[in-house]
Amino acid sequence: MNMPPEESLEGAPGAWSTRFQEYRLMWRALRRDRLAVISLVIILIFVLAAIFASWLAPYPDQAMGKSNLSERLSPPSRTHLLGTDDVGRDLLSRILLGSRPSLSIGLFVVGLAMLIGTPLGAIAGYFGGWIDQAIMRITDIFLSFPPLLLAIAISAALGPSLFNAMLSITLTWWPWYTRLARAQAVSLKEQTFVEASRAIGVSGFTIIRRHIIPNVLTPALVQATMDIGSALLMGAALSFVGLGVQLPKADWGNMLTVARLYFNDGPWFAIFPGLAILLVAMCFNLLGDGVRDVLDPQSRRVG
Amino acid sequence: MARVEYIIRRLLLAVLVLVGVSIITFVIARLVPSDPVALYVGPRAKIETREAARVKLGLDRPLYQQYLRYMGEVFHGDFGISVRSRRPIIDDLKVFLPATMELVFVSMIITVLIGIPLGVVSAAWKDSWVDQLSRIFAVINVSMPVFWLALLLQLLFVRQLGLLPIGSRVSREIAILAPIDHITGFYLVDTLLSRNWSAFRDVLSHLVLPSIALSSYAVGLSIRMTRAAMIEVLQQKYITAAWAAGLTGRTVYFKLALKNAIVPTLMVLGLSFVWQISGAMLVEIIFLWPGLGTYLVNAILTIDFPIVVSVTLIVAVFYVFTNLFLDLLQAMIDPRVSLQ
Amino acid sequence: MDQPLVTVRDLRLQFRTYAGIVHALNGIDLEIHEHDMLGLVGETGCGKSMTGVSILGLVPRGGEIVSGSIVFRGEELLGKPESYMQTIRGAKIAMVFQDPSASLNPLFTIGQQLETVMRRHQRADKSQMRDRALELLKVVELPDPARILKTYPHELSGGMKQRASIAIALSCGADLLIADEPTTDLDVTVQAQILDLLRRLRETQGVAILMITHDLAVVAETCQRVGVLYAGQVVESGPVDEVLFEAKHPYTRALLEASPKRSSRGQPLQAIPGTVPSGLHPLEGCAFSPRCPHAMEICGQAPPRISVAPSHTVYCFLYADSEER
Repeated sequence: MNMPPEESLEGAPGAWSTRFQEYRLMWRALRRDRLAVISLVIILIFVLAAIFASWLAPYPDQAMGKSNLSERLSPPSRTHLLGTDDVGRDLLSRILLGSRPSLSIGLFVVGLAMLIGTPLGAIAGYFGGWIDQAIMRITDIFLSFPPLLLAIAISAALGPSLFNAMLSITLTWWPWYTRLARAQAVSLKEQTFVEASRAIGVSGFTIIRRHIIPNVLTPALVQATMDIGSALLMGAALSFVGLGVQLPKADWGNMLTVARLYFNDGPWFAIFPGLAILLVAMCFNLLGDGVRDVLDPQSRRVG
Repeated sequence: MARVEYIIRRLLLAVLVLVGVSIITFVIARLVPSDPVALYVGPRAKIETREAARVKLGLDRPLYQQYLRYMGEVFHGDFGISVRSRRPIIDDLKVFLPATMELVFVSMIITVLIGIPLGVVSAAWKDSWVDQLSRIFAVINVSMPVFWLALLLQLLFVRQLGLLPIGSRVSREIAILAPIDHITGFYLVDTLLSRNWSAFRDVLSHLVLPSIALSSYAVGLSIRMTRAAMIEVLQQKYITAAWAAGLTGRTVYFKLALKNAIVPTLMVLGLSFVWQISGAMLVEIIFLWPGLGTYLVNAILTIDFPIVVSVTLIVAVFYVFTNLFLDLLQAMIDPRVSLQ
Repeated sequence: MDQPLVTVRDLRLQFRTYAGIVHALNGIDLEIHEHDMLGLVGETGCGKSMTGVSILGLVPRGGEIVSGSIVFRGEELLGKPESYMQTIRGAKIAMVFQDPSASLNPLFTIGQQLETVMRRHQRADKSQMRDRALELLKVVELPDPARILKTYPHELSGGMKQRASIAIALSCGADLLIADEPTTDLDVTVQAQILDLLRRLRETQGVAILMITHDLAVVAETCQRVGVLYAGQVVESGPVDEVLFEAKHPYTRALLEASPKRSSRGQPLQAIPGTVPSGLHPLEGCAFSPRCPHAMEICGQAPPRISVAPSHTVYCFLYADSEER
């Protein structure tokens, strides 16, 4: 038998083309879940708002930081739809602009964690032995820190900034994906088609790339969708504590830090940024739920 | 026998992890860009003072020796000295640790009492209005920034309704009129032990809002995961067989299915516990709760690194022990675990 | 003849799915007498398992019994509240499932599972229950019953697990045992042992057995009477010898033809052309007619129930003029 490995493995579960077909079917199933669709729409609105914030904001200069003391702490009105903050800046504009750091933390952290964690886990699970032990011990150690605490500690050590916040949260997040990928890799490793590939002589890394990773991708994506919301919350927590985006740059978390001191006189200042966080996080969670229900074969049962 | 082996293996793993945790904590502390010596002696110290300080703090030694020395001190209960206040950290820890732990424990009780039953009921009456409501409730809780919730609760119950105190563990009147004996540091326990009823009520009223705020995420998480685990279990053939044997709902849901679902539920509880330790920091800030969180955050803002290292270490150790405990518990419940 | 233990008349079961309504049972007629060993045979999807769970009132979510009746000892079971059914299940009618690894709870010992069921239906103290448990395990021929009480399901072999399941099912003196493919997942030699055991239990414990299976050989070996199911209906029923050796219904004949026999060695297997109709679109009239070599025009109507011999009935127009109804 002199077939090149690629051809002989055609159609084996795990081939990328099969995956893409599956994803198309699942997309169609997802469309039927109303909550998930609504959430997706809201998320897209926020993403667009984040991208075009400077144009959408009614008071872009205030959003950037220019103060407007004459109107400080004014309640929601026709000129300022959501009211103003402690130095009179339009809250709506600040919230629009504040969506940028929040969303970027959510997406960046999860993306990077998945990028680092998944291959590591696949390698650990597939190769086993001391590689597995070493990677898993390191993972265990990282997972032994309460996530927020680790992020705070690293952020504090590196210095407060958006980038450092992203980095520190990513460092707390990657182990979850490693664990996930490893579990999948371990169960896949036993399957016949992998054994068959090995018998032909396909190298370990190729097997990982071609078969294991695509199969790991599905649960990883489900996890990722839900994680974006959590990462966002953690980012907000870091800013709240003073370790993320620094004032006067707008960020939902650091707005709450200040809002806290003024909520007697201006409760809207505390309510709206928090509401924004809640809304976006909820949408990601609901979307994640929908994605999981669709991708989990068990839920496609008799109604 | 397999179980005993598993337990031993698990304990060894815990030790290994603890060592790793301490190393990482130490490394993070040393990443600090600012010079601990400068912080210690102040900006105007002379060179000799600086050098003396450097030796005293052990900073002239190689890194691994510093680590070993630090760990040695920790085992003797010496966590170093706060750079700012010069007080031994251990004294602060003795006061702040129970405060945070009390808050976390009350919060965990709320989580277990509300989250798990709601999850079970949600799964048993899947797709009913009870289920829908509790799922919405759960999602909101899980998506809510805890510090925002804390603020809102304060806004509602303190400012508007005036029902509950704004912060701290006890009100000033009680501190003066019916001071609490420091037996355990857990005020609920201490007031009960010394039969200080007015103080007990006062402490309780101060615990209400912070623990509700702190428990929210965990409640949401518990509902979701218990529900998912229960649904999974309820589909299993052995549950159908239980129904076929004429067992009642109470037996099937709470005696059988819950046990089968308890393992993932315990994992969630473990996650919740740890999350709540972290979350406690945020809640403490809002409620002026004199606990580890406030201690840590202040230390960060004043770049008081020995404190940051100590608190991180303590909390991580707690975490490791909690996970260990949960794994061992799981091994007790599920006889198949030791085979892995 | 005395009153049957269970009488099922015209049972119709439907499921609501995303794709539409699936007709799982389209008018099942069955009679089970005391001490009977009735086989219910058919291909996958014909509704035999659903018949079993319907009798116990354990129809899965989304399913609804839309008409028909199930009478147990003179009592109509359909429409009875769940609390009533919970006194019937396990105590009067019990069930054993296909995969004993799945139907035994992995987190409880065999002894605990026995005790839970016994405690539900009987009043007895701990030592009485333990004695009874040991006795039951001996009855199902498990060696070293005292040790088995303390073992977990995963520590037992397939055959032993199934014996334990049978013990649990019979622990409260049920009158009817519904066995849903009890040997399908077991090794061939173990299969024979379990079937033997069931036969013996029928004699010693006086329990009637409804043997649900797709395997004609199992039916031939163990049952006295058999019902053949196709697409949610009983197409033929009667004593085993008559139905298997003088099969009347074309489907029964085709099924028998399709089974590998020693006599057909070296020849290709006779498959039945066509496919089982989808439960979504039930046909008017005889469900087998599209695949039947003897189909006539009149088969577009619901076939009548014909008795071709005492207690041997067929639902087929071919015999419409042969015997009385």
